[in-house]
Amino acid sequence: MEKPSYNTDIVRSFVTWSLVWGLVAVLVGVIVSLQMVNPDLNFGPYLTFGRLRPIHTNAGIYGWGVGTIFATFLFMVQRLCKQPLWSDKLAKFQLWFFNATIIASAVTLLLGYTTSKEYHEMEWPIDVMVVILWVAFAINIIMTIIKRKDEQMYISLWYMMAALIGVAILYLVNAAAVPASLFKSYSAYAGTNDANVHWWFGHNAVAMALTAPPLAMFYYFLPKSTGVPIYSHRLSIIAFWSLIFMYLWTGAHHLLWTPVPDWIQTLAMAFSVMLIAPSWGSVINGYLSMNGQWHQMKENYLVKFLILGITFYGLQTLQGPMQSIRSFSAFIHYTDWVPAHIHMGTMGWVSMISFASIYFLAPRIYGREIYSIPLANLHFWLALIGQLIWSISLWVAGVLQAGMWNAMNDDGSLTYTFMETMVEMYPYWWARVIGGAIYFAGILIFVYNLYMTVRKKETIPSTTAEGRA
Amino acid sequence: MLEKKPVLFMILATLAILVGTAVTMVLPFVWVNTAADRIEGVTPYTPLQQEGRDIYIREGCNNCHTQTVRPLVAEVLRYGDYSKSGEFVYDRPFLWGSKRTGPDLARLGGKYPDAWHYKHMKSPRSMVPKTNMPDYPWLNDNPLDPDVIRNKMETLGFPYDDEQIADLTGKTEMDAMVAYLQKLGSDIPWRKAAETTIVGDLTNPFPGDAAAISAGQAIYASNCAACHGDNREGMIGPELTDMGMEDAELYQVLHNGIPDGGMPGFSNLGSTKVWQLVNFLNSGQ
Repeated sequence: MEKPSYNTDIVRSFVTWSLVWGLVAVLVGVIVSLQMVNPDLNFGPYLTFGRLRPIHTNAGIYGWGVGTIFATFLFMVQRLCKQPLWSDKLAKFQLWFFNATIIASAVTLLLGYTTSKEYHEMEWPIDVMVVILWVAFAINIIMTIIKRKDEQMYISLWYMMAALIGVAILYLVNAAAVPASLFKSYSAYAGTNDANVHWWFGHNAVAMALTAPPLAMFYYFLPKSTGVPIYSHRLSIIAFWSLIFMYLWTGAHHLLWTPVPDWIQTLAMAFSVMLIAPSWGSVINGYLSMNGQWHQMKENYLVKFLILGITFYGLQTLQGPMQSIRSFSAFIHYTDWVPAHIHMGTMGWVSMISFASIYFLAPRIYGREIYSIPLANLHFWLALIGQLIWSISLWVAGVLQAGMWNAMNDDGSLTYTFMETMVEMYPYWWARVIGGAIYFAGILIFVYNLYMTVRKKETIPSTTAEGRA
Repeated sequence: MLEKKPVLFMILATLAILVGTAVTMVLPFVWVNTAADRIEGVTPYTPLQQEGRDIYIREGCNNCHTQTVRPLVAEVLRYGDYSKSGEFVYDRPFLWGSKRTGPDLARLGGKYPDAWHYKHMKSPRSMVPKTNMPDYPWLNDNPLDPDVIRNKMETLGFPYDDEQIADLTGKTEMDAMVAYLQKLGSDIPWRKAAETTIVGDLTNPFPGDAAAISAGQAIYASNCAACHGDNREGMIGPELTDMGMEDAELYQVLHNGIPDGGMPGFSNLGSTKVWQLVNFLNSGQ
């Protein structure tokens, strides 16, 4: 049978650019972590913490995260559908428009053009660009699925389709605004409504951009890496539908104790706890797929990344619901505990899965075996240790600060002033700098390893490179 | 079955997503920001305040400061009355934030005099030595553009008059920022409501006690020196070397502050610390 000719050029290009933006995101992350410990490192008006932090988060989510989603989805969809991409031209446009959008975002955020809405800071002209970009991507994926040769759609395709729809709805609704000028707009919603709409977006952007896509990757690249299929198809069906149904109820757990109506908070709390079930459905499916294969944790660096990644997903989806409980939220919210939680998700779960996926793609898009497996292992340990230092130090910091904020004297007065609690944070913020720097070193080694792979002279036969599904 | 029909699959996935969306995101619009939510006294921003708010957004202040006080004991003690939905009806976008690297600002308005904010925004460490807040001196150099601000007020549909717009000429971004910060949370008379009455006799528990005086000195350095000077020589606030106040009277001033004079109350330090401060200030040292 004739092999369909899959478009690997576009996958290669997206990998390159997602790596570029990943480097930017982590580097800016390290810079802002230094600004936290030393305010002299703010160089106003452009290079202050307030302007750089959104660049860190958006480069991470939209540059590195979505860039990797583009690369892996375009790779997976062709193989899962046994069908070349619907339009190579559209994919090419998507690549250049993606970079144009990220660059425009970075420049405008530095200039102070921001809506202030977390993870949606870019002003309305860039929202328009994001919508065009996403539509181009969605059409290509959906048309390829419709024209597929394999009738049965694999789990990864479900998560891909859910992500395409979910991100589109969330982004459009939350972007609604009235422009006052080219780079200034006012939200279409006011006050409490705006907060509720925004965290409906904010939390579900995590679901649709940073949970469904890494799950799509995990369900594809784990069996590909181990050579053993996923343990249970039925479990994955239940987990999928309950996940996408329940997630959308939980946004207000970011707003516990605020003026948002109590019943919305209570629903958010209840659904957040229920979400443990579908999240762990995927975790358990992943673990059981390793039955008889656990020895691969020693032998196969891809499996190491994937299993640690899904483990952090499991931890993340236990810690998240815990924070969604009113009493615990009252204690911990607004402290450094919360960034530590988020970074376990981004550095531990999403990035670990993305690293594994890109390592898996390397021989297939470069036509060369990976330059160095020992370096890939070193990357794994630096990523793991860097992330653990980052998160654990700030969990401790968060508990300490929350305790100090709430401490009261016998006469009912507060024990500590705000500044007395803040100065206690400095040692932990230094630990974060160190954790971030170690993680960044790991990414530099990752990029070096891929660069040396591309430069290698000996190639692997093109049939294996192209045809391996 | 479903896994063979992508279009049907996507329609069902969309419906699954829309159920929670409809209940928790769309439905609240029926109640939130309606007449039931309104609070008398909550007013839209003036042109100067609105511009200050936009500068607050531009500089990303919301990355480190929240603007919502939760109804929790320690929080109300620290910041003031808890936030109500009706206070935010003119906020586009909301600025509640998600992280308190610095303190909450929902009740900042009226806490300090303007002069404190001018100095603090220019160089936070001159007022709060160990803070990690960046300096914002360039706000003093940027003049306001009345036409741009008029256009913003039109877009928002907020009331304004020509005089307010004319007054913007010659003002800087710093003026706008301070005006905004002084408006925060002060639309409702919560300070008046939160005022505590001291019952019983006020008797100095540590008269002439050396340990209390030195403890008071430390409290002075971290809470008072920024406004009254390291040696009580006076700066933003008056000099405090020779006040001639009785202990009990001074205790009341420190406890309640002087709301009209820009002096914050320090009741949240607790009575022991306030008495230590009284002993230091009246020790003649």
